[in-house]
Amino acid sequence: MAVRDEENDMTTAETVIADADLVGAKVRSKAGSRPLDNDFKTIGEVRVNDPRMSCTDVNVFYGDKHAIKHVDLDIAQNQVIAMIGPSGCGKSTFLRCLNRMNDTIDICNVTGEIRLDEVDIYDRKLDVVPLRAQVGMVFQKPNPFPKSIYENIAYGPRIHGLAASRAELDEVVERSLAKAGLWEEVKDRLDQPGTGLSGGQQQRLCIARTIAVDPEVILMDEPCSALDPIATAKVEELIDELRENYTIAIVTHSMQQAARVSQRTAYFHLGHLVEVGDTTQIFTNPRHKLTEDYITGRFG
Amino acid sequence: MALLTLMAFAFYLGRRRSLTVVGGRSGVKNLHSLPAYYGFYTALWAGLPALLVAGLWLSFEGSIITTLVVDGLPAEMRDTDPGRLGLLVNDIKNLASGNIVSAHVDETMQRAADHLNELRSVGRMALGVVVLSIALAAGALAWRAIGPKMRARNRVEFIVNGLLIASSLIAILTTVGIVLSVLFESFRFFHKIPLTDFLFGLEWSPQIALRADQVGASGAFGAVPLFAGTLLVSFIALLVAVPIGLMSAIYLADYAGPKLRSYAKPVLEVLAGVPTVVYGFFAALTLAPAIRNLGESVGLVVSSESALAAGLVMGVMIIPFVSSLSDDVINAVPQSLRDASYALGATRSETIRRVVLPAALPGIMGGVLLAASRAIGETMIVVMAAGLSANLTANPLESVTTVTVQIVTLLVGDQEFDSAKTLAAFALGLLLFVVTLGLNIVALHIVRKYREQYE
Repeated sequence: MAVRDEENDMTTAETVIADADLVGAKVRSKAGSRPLDNDFKTIGEVRVNDPRMSCTDVNVFYGDKHAIKHVDLDIAQNQVIAMIGPSGCGKSTFLRCLNRMNDTIDICNVTGEIRLDEVDIYDRKLDVVPLRAQVGMVFQKPNPFPKSIYENIAYGPRIHGLAASRAELDEVVERSLAKAGLWEEVKDRLDQPGTGLSGGQQQRLCIARTIAVDPEVILMDEPCSALDPIATAKVEELIDELRENYTIAIVTHSMQQAARVSQRTAYFHLGHLVEVGDTTQIFTNPRHKLTEDYITGRFG
Repeated sequence: MALLTLMAFAFYLGRRRSLTVVGGRSGVKNLHSLPAYYGFYTALWAGLPALLVAGLWLSFEGSIITTLVVDGLPAEMRDTDPGRLGLLVNDIKNLASGNIVSAHVDETMQRAADHLNELRSVGRMALGVVVLSIALAAGALAWRAIGPKMRARNRVEFIVNGLLIASSLIAILTTVGIVLSVLFESFRFFHKIPLTDFLFGLEWSPQIALRADQVGASGAFGAVPLFAGTLLVSFIALLVAVPIGLMSAIYLADYAGPKLRSYAKPVLEVLAGVPTVVYGFFAALTLAPAIRNLGESVGLVVSSESALAAGLVMGVMIIPFVSSLSDDVINAVPQSLRDASYALGATRSETIRRVVLPAALPGIMGGVLLAASRAIGETMIVVMAAGLSANLTANPLESVTTVTVQIVTLLVGDQEFDSAKTLAAFALGLLLFVVTLGLNIVALHIVRKYREQYE
């Protein structure tokens, strides 16, 4: 595609999206359904200096279906990377590769190399249990255990033996809830079931639960798709705060959300990583036609 | 048979008339209902009233004909006592159908028998005529009533609704009938034996003395030893079934691959299909002697019919109840909870122990309670393997007896229905019914409460 004049296109992400709503309704190109060539090369810089996680030539197969095709991507320290793309593009699948959650699906087969701090996580000798403690995950739908709020948080530290005494455990619970911005709301009812909280509170409880085992990377799979706008705002605020201490990868359907919370954005299309770059660049000056079509709302 | 043909014919006629009324296929949209509904409507009118009349006729025919035959007998033969008259009528009926007759056949009896046969054949004919004419008349009326405005669908559905209600009523009424009959017989029992003696008596020896000098007939009706025996056997059974059933459920639900699971689960459920008699003789002929020999080899006194043998086999029998129900509830625990646990770095066994089982526990409890009520009500295995003597003991190596075994022994053979011995069976049955009903209600309540949690 032609390189566009940067001066004219330096609009903010918000205006692009607002315009997209007007255009997208009328103009629907067929681009969304056309697959890319198999040897397609990702546009943008996939590598970063001093990455926390580094993926090389990752392929995922569901039985015969080639769900992720030759993806290279680095995930930088203390940064939020957003993964966007139309439904079925493989962004969630890719996310689940990062802590080997795909292992729980029998027909799923992953090839390539994913390194976490220079350790290959798909090494046969590697135990997946400590890996998942290092790379935590927050799911699309809040899924607190049917236990008390306290027990929800204490679950992880208990199974990993992170707290030697009850007092230490209490401290971990308080710290995790405080980091998730939930402590003030629930400190008087820690013994009540976690399922009794509101949706947004449940999701923050799940984030607190993940923080409690002190991971290095937190994966979030559309963490706000089941929440109302106010709860979403709170979770987004939280993600921004968590960036100081953790590396975060977030899958989202909301481009506003990607623009608000992330520093880098990766656009996936039918299993290919099409384009990756700084969030501002992706939303203001996308370099690939598919990225542009998607963020301007022509398809997806 | 004729009626069925008639109904089919009525269906055809009704359907055709509905079409004719509106002027053929093209007018179907002017009809209120689809043509087939008019057919069903006519057929139902042709069939149901006729069937009803036939049913009533058949249920009264016998007694009416008998009365007529008795009236036809000479007066001196009628004026005997009712018992003799009954015998006589029986003889006449046997004579009429060509069976062996107990008394000497004289001419009056022969005539009466001929009279009976004649009445019967007239009755049959009349029935046929009446039923067919009712069917024709009702069918014709329905046929005439067909018009574009008639709401045939609503009416047919009303009748079908009625049929469905009647079917479900049959099951409910049968249950009510059983409960009432057990209840009334039990009341008769409690007139003879005080309720407190029955509930709290420690001795069970249901022989009633017919004469004052009879020995060994104390007539004690304390149900406690029986319930103790029942509980002992059921407890052993649950001790076997709960761990094995639960662990196999966990294996099937969380460890086994889908292919293995699709084979293993039906095979496990075959256990539930083995007739209890088969379990019974397995317990009595194979397991009980084996346990006795084993016990003797380590110097224990084991009775050849022991609570242990019955309990073990019963435990095997109820494994599928526990495992199948537990498997269902373990599967009902959402995958998202498992994912959450795995994502925190929990191993599979930690996930099962700390997340899946606690979440599924109420449902598992419900399954166990259902299995327990099944064990308490089980009869055949304990009849064959547990013994008959009412020992009040907690030693599983001794022979015990259970409520169900005693009910069987009380009611097998010739019985008089006014003695406390026979009526005791009903009281035991009532008690057993109350206990298992209670367990079932509690179990269903728990299971239902649990199901709502995730929906």
